[in-house]
Amino acid sequence: MLKLRDGVVELYRKVATSLPPDVEEAVKAACAEEAAGSTAASTLSVIAENIRRARDTFRPLCQDTGVPVFYVKVPIGLSHTELRNTILEATREATQKVPLRPNAVDVITEKNSGDNTGEGFPIIYFEETLAATLTIDLMLKGAGSENAGQLYKLPLSEIGAQRDLEGVRRCVLDAVQKAQGRGCPPYIVGVGIGATKDQVTRLAKEQLMRKLRDGSKIEELAELERQLLVDINSLGIGPMGLGGRTTALGVKIGVNHRHPASYFVDVSIGCWAMRRGRLIW
Amino acid sequence: MLGDAKREAHMVSPRNLTLPLSAEDVSLLKAGDIVLLNGPLVTGRDKVHKYLVEKRPPKTEIPFDLAGTVLYHCGPIMRKTDDGYAVVAAGPTTSIRVEMYEAEVIRQYGLRGVMGKGGMGEKTLRAMQESGCVYFHTVGGAAAYLADRITRAVGVWKLEEFGTTEAMWLFEVASFPAVVTMDAHGNSMHKEIEALSLEKFNELISK
Repeated sequence: MLKLRDGVVELYRKVATSLPPDVEEAVKAACAEEAAGSTAASTLSVIAENIRRARDTFRPLCQDTGVPVFYVKVPIGLSHTELRNTILEATREATQKVPLRPNAVDVITEKNSGDNTGEGFPIIYFEETLAATLTIDLMLKGAGSENAGQLYKLPLSEIGAQRDLEGVRRCVLDAVQKAQGRGCPPYIVGVGIGATKDQVTRLAKEQLMRKLRDGSKIEELAELERQLLVDINSLGIGPMGLGGRTTALGVKIGVNHRHPASYFVDVSIGCWAMRRGRLIW
Repeated sequence: MLGDAKREAHMVSPRNLTLPLSAEDVSLLKAGDIVLLNGPLVTGRDKVHKYLVEKRPPKTEIPFDLAGTVLYHCGPIMRKTDDGYAVVAAGPTTSIRVEMYEAEVIRQYGLRGVMGKGGMGEKTLRAMQESGCVYFHTVGGAAAYLADRITRAVGVWKLEEFGTTEAMWLFEVASFPAVVTMDAHGNSMHKEIEALSLEKFNELISK
């Protein structure tokens, strides 16, 4: 799997040093929306310039190259163990070559492994596919935005959130209001709704892999995604939290069935540097 | 993208500051001022702050003079070169994580500036007012852009123990762009924006 390893190293390089075109376009469009001469407009123009420079010079666009999260769709018959080993080897190599910042820290010894591998690091989710091709999606999830995420258990009387989509709307607004500028807005907001804590946190993060134009296929959720984007942008938090019209670039909601007694909502915040990419093999 | 005229306006307005800063330099700065930093500054994030507050190292243990300097919340990507280290990417990290330590670090070591992203809380704001220190906000994620404003990595402290990300680096910067968002007179843009957005949030959930 030597060639696949090289492919994953290149995937790392592409994802760390360039933004997906839809996010870059959204940043540029937001820049034009902000008042001329405002801090918001100059912040977004620095961001746009940074995106260009990073891509042109093959440097990571953010020094926090994050926690690598892999979503792998594996054709029947391919070994998950071998794929995992290949991804780990590629991670070590990419840390040197791109370079990535070593981010894997042992909780007990506080030692940084130095190569972005460790217990449960990077995160790799496997799923079997009936397709003949192997698909590897990679997200580099920055910690500033990861720290800004919130898990909610409904009902929640403090914000009047009941067990319905209006309650979900309130959770998302609460999470963004509390995040302020700390997670590098404009944000891309992933939301997961379902029966258990572990399931909704994963579901929320997975929504961040969706393209900005990709609205939910469920009409009620597509409407909530649109409404939430308008509501969030009326909060006035703005680019980097210094005020302005652009606090989010997109809201993406995913649902699972819930238990009659449980209604969990997870809000995963993605920074403007929403680094995601795909390798098809 | 900004038009040329707007870009020019943005280029002209910032005020150049030479580091280290004096008490007077700092007292003249107001929340909202756009500045360009020039001169030496140091980096420090989670581990440096914890160490400074828990171990209280004497100033002689630290190879750099922190009095009057700016402490930049940054864990850079560095590349080893033949004669030292080159800065690859160096944007700010989230400052609020060191809120429990910063007031004491400002008082103990005489910092005149703290730089990062997202702003800091009441405790730090009070220490800034008492000691004469400001918070410089710079653009999160703009790591390539900001690395290009760092002319040199001059030195490093605690590299072996903390690693490249968490070590204290001494950088020389030129025209390093930032906005003063918390001044030495008790003003905080973060506090104001948070209050306004909370008001709006309450409106949105009372529909």
